[in-house]
Amino acid sequence: MPADRSLLRQLAARAVGHFLALTARLITAVRAEWRGIEPVAKQRIYFANHVSNADMPMIWTVLPSSMRRNTRPVAAADYWLKNRLRAFVGPEVFNCVLIDRRPETRTNDPLKKIIEALDEGSSLIIFPEGNRNTTDEPLLPFRAGLYNIGRQRPDIDLVPTWLANLNKIMPKGEVIPLPLICTVTFGSPIHVEEGEDKEAFLKRAAEALVALAPKDRRSEK
Amino acid sequence: MTEQTTLDVILLMLAIFGLLALLTIVAELIRIRLPLGQTDPVIEAFLMRIHTWWGLAIILSIAILSGAFMVTLLFAFVSFAALREFLTFTAKRRADHLSLVLGFFVILPLQYLFVWLDWMGLFTVFIPVYVFLLLPILSAVRGDPDQFLVRVAETQWGLMICVYCLSHVPALLTYEVPDGADRSLLLIIFFAMVVQLADFVEYYAGRSFGRRKIAPAISPKTVIGVVAGVAASALIGALLSWITPFGILGAAAMAALASVTGILGSIVFAAIKRDRGVKDWSHLIPGHGGFLDQLDSVIFAAPVFYHATHLGWG
Repeated sequence: MPADRSLLRQLAARAVGHFLALTARLITAVRAEWRGIEPVAKQRIYFANHVSNADMPMIWTVLPSSMRRNTRPVAAADYWLKNRLRAFVGPEVFNCVLIDRRPETRTNDPLKKIIEALDEGSSLIIFPEGNRNTTDEPLLPFRAGLYNIGRQRPDIDLVPTWLANLNKIMPKGEVIPLPLICTVTFGSPIHVEEGEDKEAFLKRAAEALVALAPKDRRSEK
Repeated sequence: MTEQTTLDVILLMLAIFGLLALLTIVAELIRIRLPLGQTDPVIEAFLMRIHTWWGLAIILSIAILSGAFMVTLLFAFVSFAALREFLTFTAKRRADHLSLVLGFFVILPLQYLFVWLDWMGLFTVFIPVYVFLLLPILSAVRGDPDQFLVRVAETQWGLMICVYCLSHVPALLTYEVPDGADRSLLLIIFFAMVVQLADFVEYYAGRSFGRRKIAPAISPKTVIGVVAGVAASALIGALLSWITPFGILGAAAMAALASVTGILGSIVFAAIKRDRGVKDWSHLIPGHGGFLDQLDSVIFAAPVFYHATHLGWG
């Protein structure tokens, strides 16, 4: 965390973080399934499916606190800077890497900010679909970001991370979350291969992610 | 609570803790005898279950010693956890969101409130009649016909099982023992002990001696396991008859009735899990799976035990 924030503010951010994680656990009994990786502090990029605003806090909750400290979600600046409360929660509690998703007005390059965060040693959480998926399809087409990051820093593990049930817990437009059990499944890491083109890689990444979805015949609907 | 009741509760708790201590020591002794670097998965699983039993026994003891209100509250929370596990695996669409939210945050608390207030005329019909009619209306008004009957039926089933049936355990508290004493708390201990003991004996006896399976496609439960479980339960029921108004034979019969309903009920739950392709309902109780894995027999036995008590000794 930057040193320009007072100690009190940093403590408050930690306390709010613990409170949010506890709330997530009480409501959804959220649980991690470490299928392809071990829960150890290693630099990684977790890329996940995105169906609700609760997605990122869920991943954040199941990470052990030693890993949580160094893991920064990549999130939209226009969302997290909308009011003072969000500006505290996003950048200070979750330590988000805020990026500007409006290409016509932005002054800094999102990719550059992401690479900077990686070079500082942070792990990242990203949602390569770019937007919340409200369709019946398991995933929206991935944006190019994941490929560009993977090509510039090919040694860092890209870990597919599937969030099950969140579209039922909090469908877009609903206010009260439904307390169903949420599972976060971490798969085996992938990397951008030598000479692999964008389409081929993004297809492979999406397949690795969907493969983690529970095989329940009902969730396919 | 009268002094006599408190004393009896403490005595029973000590007996249960003694039994658990004995089982823990025996299992630890077997584990110590194993050569270094070797583990026996049966013993490890058994110890994990015993540790969970310790936790459950301690929580239930504290609730019972704190009185009827805490027992009702405890079961309301258990209902919440059970309903959460059940509805995680049912069919639902966005149009059901409001119905489901009401199920968790309004219907469940109201059911336990009615139980606590002893409004028997209301708590016995609230979910089977009023909720049964209301929730499909809400889902229909939001207009999504896809799989409609499956969705409303599965939601209703979840509420019946996880809220309605389970609420009959604290409802035992409102039963007035004929001699006028406040012995109904002891009835809950009696019920919990005979049902859980039957499960325990059925599991291990069925594994060791069982041959013929009752429903081979669904569950590994065997005829011998069930007979042994029910017999053990009836025996313990007779031994515990002094805490009930049933008399010795009556207590044995009530224990047998509760345990046979409970064991058959867990076969029903096994069928649901097979259909949904899951082994356990969740991972919240170490060594047992989820709340529903632990409570399936209690859920089925509770309404039967409740009504048999009222019919036979009301």
